[in-house]
Amino acid sequence: MIVAKQKPIEEIMEMTKAFHKILVVGCKGCVTVCNVGGTKEVAILASALRIARKRSGRDVIVGEHTLERQCDPEYVDELKEIIDDYETVVSIACGVGPQFISERYPSTRVFPGVDTQFMGGAEAHGIWSERCAGCGTCVVHYFGGVCPIARCSKSLLNGPCGGSNDGKCEISRDVDCIWDIIVRRMMEQDRLEELIEFKPPKSWATARDGGPRRMTREELVE
Amino acid sequence: MSDFKPQIIAFYCSNCASSAATIAEGMKKALPDNIKTVQVPCSGRIEILHLLKPFEEGADGVYVAGCQEDSCQYISGISKATRRVDQVKKILESLGIEPERIDVFNLSAGKGEAFVDTALEMTEKVKALGPVTPA
Amino acid sequence: MSEYKSGSNLEKVLRSGHFAFTGECGPPMGANVDHLREKAGHLKGCVDAVNVTDNQTAVVRMSSWAASLILLQEGLEPNFQMVCRDRNRLAIQSDILGAYSLGIRNMLCLSGDHQSFGNHPDAKNVFDIDSMQLIYTVKKMRDEGKFLNDQEVDVPPRLFVGAASNPFAEPFDFRVYRLAKKIAAGADFIQTQCIYNMDKFKKFMKRAVDMGLHEKCYILAGVTPMKSVGMALYMAKQVPGMDVPDSLIKRLRGAGKGKVAEEGIKFALEQIEAFKEMEGVAGVHLMAIEWEHKVPEIAERAGVLPRPTV
Repeated sequence: MIVAKQKPIEEIMEMTKAFHKILVVGCKGCVTVCNVGGTKEVAILASALRIARKRSGRDVIVGEHTLERQCDPEYVDELKEIIDDYETVVSIACGVGPQFISERYPSTRVFPGVDTQFMGGAEAHGIWSERCAGCGTCVVHYFGGVCPIARCSKSLLNGPCGGSNDGKCEISRDVDCIWDIIVRRMMEQDRLEELIEFKPPKSWATARDGGPRRMTREELVE
Repeated sequence: MSDFKPQIIAFYCSNCASSAATIAEGMKKALPDNIKTVQVPCSGRIEILHLLKPFEEGADGVYVAGCQEDSCQYISGISKATRRVDQVKKILESLGIEPERIDVFNLSAGKGEAFVDTALEMTEKVKALGPVTPA
Repeated sequence: MSEYKSGSNLEKVLRSGHFAFTGECGPPMGANVDHLREKAGHLKGCVDAVNVTDNQTAVVRMSSWAASLILLQEGLEPNFQMVCRDRNRLAIQSDILGAYSLGIRNMLCLSGDHQSFGNHPDAKNVFDIDSMQLIYTVKKMRDEGKFLNDQEVDVPPRLFVGAASNPFAEPFDFRVYRLAKKIAAGADFIQTQCIYNMDKFKKFMKRAVDMGLHEKCYILAGVTPMKSVGMALYMAKQVPGMDVPDSLIKRLRGAGKGKVAEEGIKFALEQIEAFKEMEGVAGVHLMAIEWEHKVPEIAERAGVLPRPTV
């Protein structure tokens, strides 16, 4: 899933201070799963905004709406029934959401209510970590099912570097050295000799470095 | 300010705090009338939004009266409630509102007095802070 | 005798079988050329080549190729260090050509410390290629006369290619394989991380020798004399991948007030003696960090002077 983190409420209050009618829009996709942008969080943010405005003696109407997904125009379209009742929108979907809403309703100012973090998963309840860098050419099978591009601080394909210490990365004791894990995993799979093979420079042309990406699947295009 | 009567919402657990309330009643110790109570089956079911809504509606303080940490009827209900209260404290702080306006208390079924004392303690504390929205 | 790969002094010294002795010099945090010349001056005549660090510990300093040129002007042979953190493959290849064109003949290929260590932690890093691929890049340019895209290089850069090895970082069992991998990728010489745990290093070298790596590549053992107990503790606890045994810290502590630095030098000299005898070790890389003026004394007492001219 795409993992996001709520922006500080102070920041959201500052962004929206000029407006009196604010629509908070959530998403039932990834951000619901990571407890940051679903129906519940829409209600909490809306309530917090109302409390803050009440305290400062400034009127506000905060609407709440959660879409099935903000990354699909057909769902974003649903907002047309209510969007005119508001002056602005705070989207608490990943960074895709505010852009799709802006595209569909170009005259509306849309603010992001969350900071999108990474593509990852839940290690445990309340703990998420990065797994994929979206490089466009998956190589995890070479590394014992572990991605060094997303998970090594230096994206080394021929690691580990000299900073690996007790299984931890040089940048922090809180970060695992993923190469330590890769080496151990490959030993477990009795494939260490594959790691001794030189991995040539990777083409980043399929990654973000190749420019903004777009994908067309002819058989699906109507 | 001395005539300020803080509006406080008390969420209380039906397992421990509620029987404490019954005992308090028997002792003819009534809760002050500025406290509005909401009984819940378990404090673990109180969501962040439940704790925020009273402030939105004009409350000056909110508290949760639940079990002792080590004798919660549903094991982790009270610790969940405590973490959520902590989260609401953070939210209030970011809104410029004193985090002391919300709290959690651990009660025992037999302690009728403590049930009322908690209400009085919270009333005093919130009274000292004044209303959330300045008049 | 076959042709030299680069013809650098370091290559000649190693090829002729002499025990090599290299030093290190960090460029200034500014354009203080005088200070750099002064520091480098101490090393003159004492070492075969001087490593010039590249924004070491991710702290911005004068560029390593520019500082290398200043050393060249001073009559010292630079070992130009390059990290993959700050350059993509375009900048890397063009800097290789530029450095070579201006007279640089040795180059050490490194991944680079992560920028979160340094004084610009908000920087975006590059890591387009890693240190292994950097070695491969320089070798390809030199031996095949080709860029990474297989296009021809118009006059290839003839550089003596170095790489680093940390015999102590974990996983220990994999380290010697990684060394082998660097040699296979094209490393002509290796400079190791500072060694303090001699037993562990001996084990590492034994495995390297068993694999015949010392015959494919020159391995220089890294030595950094301890200046103080504080430095030893810092190295032990704060520097990633460093192995400082308690016995050494105890020894330094026991030296008594005002004598710790001398004890540190004594330990370094004992190490150098041990390396001279150790199978597979072709020389010593002395990293006397901000202690360049001590290098002549250490070299003298280590019995490595005068340096050979080949």
